[in-house]
Amino acid sequence: MEFLVASAIGVLTAGGLYLVLRLRTFPVILGISLLTYAVNVFLFASGRLTLGAPPVLRDHMETYSDPLPQALVLTAIVISFGMTAVVVMIGLGAFLGSEDDHVDDQIEAPGTGAEDKP
Amino acid sequence: MTHWIVAPVVLPALLAPFIVLAARFHIGIQRVFSVAGVLALIAIAAGLAWETSDGTILLYQLGDWAAPFGIVLVGDRLSTMMVLLTAILALFVLLHAIGSGWDDRGWHFHALFQFQLMGIMGAFLTGDLFNLFVFFEVLLIASYGLMIHSGGNERLRAGVQYVLFNLIGSTLFLFALGSIYAETGTLNMADLANRVQLIGPEETVGIRVAAVLLLLVFAIKAAVVPLHFWLPSSYAEAPAPVAALFAIMTKVGAYAIIRVYTMIFPPELEVTSGLHDLWLLPAALISLAIGMIGVLAAKKLDRLVAFSIIGSMGMVMVSISLFTPDGIAAALYYIVHSTLAGAALFLIADLVRAGRGDLNLTLRPAMAGTALTAGLFFLGAIAMAGLPPLSGFLGKLMVLEAAFETPLMVWIWVIVLSSSLISILGFARAGSLLFWKAHSVDHPEDVERRSRPATMSYVAVGGLVSLLTAHTVFAGQVHGYTTTMAAQLFAPEPYISTVVDTPGKLSKPKTEEN
Repeated sequence: MEFLVASAIGVLTAGGLYLVLRLRTFPVILGISLLTYAVNVFLFASGRLTLGAPPVLRDHMETYSDPLPQALVLTAIVISFGMTAVVVMIGLGAFLGSEDDHVDDQIEAPGTGAEDKP
Repeated sequence: MTHWIVAPVVLPALLAPFIVLAARFHIGIQRVFSVAGVLALIAIAAGLAWETSDGTILLYQLGDWAAPFGIVLVGDRLSTMMVLLTAILALFVLLHAIGSGWDDRGWHFHALFQFQLMGIMGAFLTGDLFNLFVFFEVLLIASYGLMIHSGGNERLRAGVQYVLFNLIGSTLFLFALGSIYAETGTLNMADLANRVQLIGPEETVGIRVAAVLLLLVFAIKAAVVPLHFWLPSSYAEAPAPVAALFAIMTKVGAYAIIRVYTMIFPPELEVTSGLHDLWLLPAALISLAIGMIGVLAAKKLDRLVAFSIIGSMGMVMVSISLFTPDGIAAALYYIVHSTLAGAALFLIADLVRAGRGDLNLTLRPAMAGTALTAGLFFLGAIAMAGLPPLSGFLGKLMVLEAAFETPLMVWIWVIVLSSSLISILGFARAGSLLFWKAHSVDHPEDVERRSRPATMSYVAVGGLVSLLTAHTVFAGQVHGYTTTMAAQLFAPEPYISTVVDTPGKLSKPKTEEN
């Protein structure tokens, strides 16, 4: 199970990183979503992987799963979800305003450069 | 246990929704509440700073849960000073925003401003790494809103870059926190400081990765080269008062580096040896050089100021990465200086924009209100470039003195001094183009003359410049205080024992209570 979870995190991170390095907003946002999924699973696994163990104290139980990473990952999910929504809105605004969804700085075409303005 | 320490977080957190809900349509009421809130914050922050100035560690256990099970807020000399600095900066920024009318050019400026303050204050006061992440997100999400305040294509585009870069930074922060938790089983800073010491020499792989990841995250915030690319366009495109407030945000990164790498991963710790002197110091020197070269190369005044922020953060990081008490004391003095000077320069750039219409560094007729704006720019540039008599000069002197005994002394001296020269050239070029040569150009008849910027904007900038002057005049006292601050940082035992040993709810067995 450790191998499965670890390789899942690795694949998600690799895919996310590749997409983050693209030039347009949509793949970059997808990449960030993949990265946040990866980090959520990673955070969840940081409390060690235990199967079928309760996170709260019970009678007659020997093993417990760590409840703290579950709380952390809940916070992280909420925050990353909200942030993704914000960046989608801002990205849409920028795209609709300038008809261009490049993430990188564009080389200014001659005639529109800062120096040429009156 | 005093409750005042949570007030800098709670007060803006309550004020912001109040402004949104009750005063949405009345900019006047928003302004009154916002200014009153910031004034109250200054009073609270000054009280906290006074209380901790004798070395007391203020501890606040949220919900009365003892650390490391609950979240704690901790106030020591460093964090209360940063809180006070933020509150004072916020007042002048707010005055400028009101005077220049920036707050009325879009929705919810004051509410977002208060949320931003809440995030910054919380980041300075928290004693828990995950809570630091949460406050980072609070200040970031408010800054996203502020950054694209009043809209415009250029601003939205820069906003997208800024948000994406910071989202990647947040993801990295979570990776760092996950690996720290996996290695130590705690995220409370004081508890971490104890546990990291116990890790055996052969099991340090995980914690070393975590330490480097965490440093990367804070370096993104502090805009250390090569992680500075987000800063110039986002600061230049942000509305001027917002950019001025952002001057404290890079300092949040510097603060976090100081806090984490003096307490949890102190310089003498075997695990992270080489991190400061081998990696952080050269990166800081390069950011100093790149920032100041950018000052010389900039084609617009707002970019110029943004690059000078990178340069001055490089200066701060050079001093921090020495990781000696002298170095940290000099860095703290320089942090105060660079926050005030950077904010003042962004506001002055806005005065230029108001009087001239744009910020391109090209020859134009004299702007409206030249005399006063030029004088303020002169003072701000002197402070930022580090010329005598203002505090930039004293700050650089302190950094150079702190670096005198170190093996990389030659590099530090050469780069600091030559980058100062370059930045002087850059500021002189900008100033002479904007203010001096402009008098030789006649004002065209067909273009309408602009009116002088509002008096309240001048009051705000003048206030910041006079604070810089005070920072220079009382340099001895301030440096003495930052020296005691550094001493407290390098002897973290009282901090750790206060946090870890203070009992809270359920920390005593039930039989004892009866």
